[in-house]
Amino acid sequence: MSSLESIQVATAMHNVEQQRQRAARWRKRGFCLALLGVALLAPLAVYPVFLMKLLCFALFACAFNLLLGYTGLLSFGHAAFLATGGYVTGHLLSQYSGLSTELGILAGTLASGVLGLGFGLLAIRRQGIYFAMITLALAQLVFFLYVQAPFTGGENGLQGVPRGHLFGLIDLSSNLALYYFVLAVFVFGFAVIQRTIHSPYGQVLKAIRENEPRAISLGYNVDAHKLLAFVISATLTGLAGATKTVVFQLASLTDAHWHMSGEVILMTLLGGVGTVLGPLVGTGVVVTLQSYLSSGPLGDWVHVILGLIFVLCVLLFRAGIVGWVHKLIRRNFK
Amino acid sequence: MTLLFGIPLSVMLGQLLLGLINGAFYALLSLGLAIIFGLLRIINFAHGALYMLGAFAAWLGLNYLGVNYWVALLLSPLLVGAVGMAVERHLLRRIAGEDHLYGLLLTFGLALIVEGSFVKLFGVSGASYPMPELLKGGHNLGFMFLPSYRAWVVVAALLVCIATWYMIERTRLGSYLRAGTENPKLMQAFGINVPLLVTLTYGYGVALAAFAGVLAAPIYPVSPTMGANLLIVVFAVVVIGGMGSIMGAIVTGLAMGLIEGLTKVFYPQAASTVVFLVMVIVLLFRPAGLFGKEA
Amino acid sequence: MKVFKKTASAMLVSSLIAGTAQAQVSDDEIRIGYLADMSGTYRDLAGPGGLEALKMAVEDFGGSVDGKKIVVFNADDLNKPDVGANTVRQWVDERNVDMVTGLVATSVVLAASKVVEQADKLALISGAASSSITNEYCSPNHIHWTYDTYALANGTAKAVLAAGGKSWYLLTADYAFGHSMEADISKVVKEGGGSVLGSVRHPFPSNDFSSYVLQAQGSGAEVIALANAGADTVNALKTASQFGVTQAGQKLAGMVVFLNDIHAMGLDVTQGLMLTTGWYWDMNDETRAWSRRYFDRFGRMPTMAQAGVYSATTHYLNAVKATGSDATATVRAQMAATPVNDMFAKGGQIRTDGRMVHDMYLAQVKTPAESKGEWDLYKIVSTIPAQQAFRPLADSQCKLVTGKVAQN
Repeated sequence: MSSLESIQVATAMHNVEQQRQRAARWRKRGFCLALLGVALLAPLAVYPVFLMKLLCFALFACAFNLLLGYTGLLSFGHAAFLATGGYVTGHLLSQYSGLSTELGILAGTLASGVLGLGFGLLAIRRQGIYFAMITLALAQLVFFLYVQAPFTGGENGLQGVPRGHLFGLIDLSSNLALYYFVLAVFVFGFAVIQRTIHSPYGQVLKAIRENEPRAISLGYNVDAHKLLAFVISATLTGLAGATKTVVFQLASLTDAHWHMSGEVILMTLLGGVGTVLGPLVGTGVVVTLQSYLSSGPLGDWVHVILGLIFVLCVLLFRAGIVGWVHKLIRRNFK
Repeated sequence: MTLLFGIPLSVMLGQLLLGLINGAFYALLSLGLAIIFGLLRIINFAHGALYMLGAFAAWLGLNYLGVNYWVALLLSPLLVGAVGMAVERHLLRRIAGEDHLYGLLLTFGLALIVEGSFVKLFGVSGASYPMPELLKGGHNLGFMFLPSYRAWVVVAALLVCIATWYMIERTRLGSYLRAGTENPKLMQAFGINVPLLVTLTYGYGVALAAFAGVLAAPIYPVSPTMGANLLIVVFAVVVIGGMGSIMGAIVTGLAMGLIEGLTKVFYPQAASTVVFLVMVIVLLFRPAGLFGKEA
Repeated sequence: MKVFKKTASAMLVSSLIAGTAQAQVSDDEIRIGYLADMSGTYRDLAGPGGLEALKMAVEDFGGSVDGKKIVVFNADDLNKPDVGANTVRQWVDERNVDMVTGLVATSVVLAASKVVEQADKLALISGAASSSITNEYCSPNHIHWTYDTYALANGTAKAVLAAGGKSWYLLTADYAFGHSMEADISKVVKEGGGSVLGSVRHPFPSNDFSSYVLQAQGSGAEVIALANAGADTVNALKTASQFGVTQAGQKLAGMVVFLNDIHAMGLDVTQGLMLTTGWYWDMNDETRAWSRRYFDRFGRMPTMAQAGVYSATTHYLNAVKATGSDATATVRAQMAATPVNDMFAKGGQIRTDGRMVHDMYLAQVKTPAESKGEWDLYKIVSTIPAQQAFRPLADSQCKLVTGKVAQN
């Protein structure tokens, strides 16, 4: 083949590839729009408070997935950020009755971000299990602070947090109005994560996850990149926690306990680490299981069933539900 | 009455002695964990549940089979160790080459299953295990009344720890083990059955946890969740000591028991959290832990 | 204009209907939710047993009130305020629950009662301890039935003081319930001429009490009071017995002790322990008869919390029958106007602050020799009359009593 011909073939292949990618992107967009449509109509069929719980935890899982799936860092202390968002927002909304809801949530989110920066600075130099253990230890210290601090209400939790008014105008005490607000918050958080992943910065994160020494040798400031990912993850987790407190009008120690950190790992793993929809699916399964199992005859077996799912996931479904679905699609439709 | 920092010396000594006793438990548990991680690179999140199984095996043995405490001290670790070996052979081995993360998650899932099942079967309030006759009562040491059983716990735990350390660091079997985990292929070439060695080692680590469980049965409530909160403290101890270090686990376990004891005198609410504070501080200055070998 | 007229007339009609609904049973059903710890530390003091007691009350009532069926559902609150509050919220939103009972852990109760108050339903609290429930946290939407920390402190602490225990050391669970128990005990001890030598707060829950028992021993106090409950009390007592506390001459006072705790620990460890209870199965023929029936169904003798659920539910159903309505304010008024006269209490009275005031009993745990049966565990030493047992209204901080305007 002459060089001109090979260039033509290469260009043609490139165009075909581009078209295929464009088609895939449109499929993805269509799918997302369809999901959004379902989400908009869902409260007509399903109890809105349950849906809001799903959305808050889904945001939590997505934020966690950014760190685990896309940066390769396993944090065992994310509960601290969920709780900080919740307590700070809950405290401010309870104390200052004139404060409009979104400002309260903003404050909680920022507080979590700052805490995330603190954790990150201390932990980011470590690798693997040491990183996980430091985040766990720091989260335990935060847990202790929240147990002792009077403003959190300790074991009782921060109760009776007013839902307040959005922008000072829209009354959020109605479940339906609040639902659309929470949906908007979720979509915002999700969009932030997507933008982060698909940006040049996101590509560097991927490189760090795949081969960190390589990334260092290429001249990237790996620690700074990891720190930023950590802070973004912590901030969005705080957003989830803050919103959750407004929905349930309660912030409690459950949010700060290390079991919560374990739960988000389960949700992410089950759905598929490093996939876009994985955290949503994982959260959906876990939260639904917990809610509906505990009211049925299998109520006592909730933990056992969750444990079984964990084990099966690790042994058989390491790619998670979404990963498994992807494999199926690839095998059958390509 | 001599005062040290405002606390009577007798009270201080008493608390330190109690701290030593707790430290013996920590040492035993973190030793098992350190062996499993240091030598097998498995992050065994089921350790707390295995400790609980050891205690329950003793309790079930007593109530259904008439097995007494002394027999249980021997049988329970063997039984639970066998269970551990089965788990390693059939479950953990499948993910042997993968990221450490999966070992952590798998064992965490197993812990949930075991603890959840036991809660369903036995409820959460602890069952009672009677104190063995020989060790009832205690001695008045002047500054405190020391129950004989607790003295026995320190002695038994230290003996087992030292024996284990000796076996791993000073015997041929131990050297096979250490070599086998550093370079399994080479060891296999020498004719050593490395997979069997790995299984036995995991079993031994598990047996240590079960032994601690039997020791705990007469003094702590035998409840399905007895290992759950202990687990992260023990992990912290292992990390502080250095995850690969056997001696580190023993020494740090004892030291943390003492530190916790002191904390209970001055600021008891922080007693369960102080180990994490120590971990953060230690890891800032010695990233691999106090006796650790790698960063 | 048409739309406006339609809306206006719709509003008019619905408000008329709502007005008449006052004297009706909503949804033609009486819906009762049972919320308690069904699997954790506090399982045996109320838990599934309390649900059984609730079902007994419904069955004894005939399963319906004037043709309106009584529907019962339940959930496990896992001792977590978020789980409890969310469950109650769901019951209100999805099932239109009328009354919630059980309610054990104080933290759960405080969270759930906020939801109940917002929705204007009724909560009958049987299991929880803290006296703050009818003090700072009182509301017109909940009634505290069986006992509280004030009554327990009053009973046990006063009795132990009278028996010669003048110097006290407190072992306290480090959360709201423990703190309020500690405050109530200190008040009684000081007013009774005794002194509190010191106290130590242990994390909730704790497994290892050795260091706290050691400190209590070191203080030299005549009485060591346990301001904790459930598994914590059990562990503390076991540890104290290992360290030879009573042999060395110090007295132990368990503040919140239930029948199931004594049964679990055994008489060897607990003999001689003084405690205050709101009810005991073996007090008189009426209690024995009811308890026998309960035992035949459930296999264990009832605790005061479980008996309290039966009593509260029966009183509630009587009020619903009398008024023909399940609207909260109506029923509550009727419940307050009628004295509680059943196997649980005689002449019990529901006060403005929501406290159901009735006689309390000082009891002592029997020695193994005195006990003639598996559940023959207490002897009743004396009765504390209702008016003396609970916090007087004059000392109350409840907004309904002091007339302060509610903040929220």
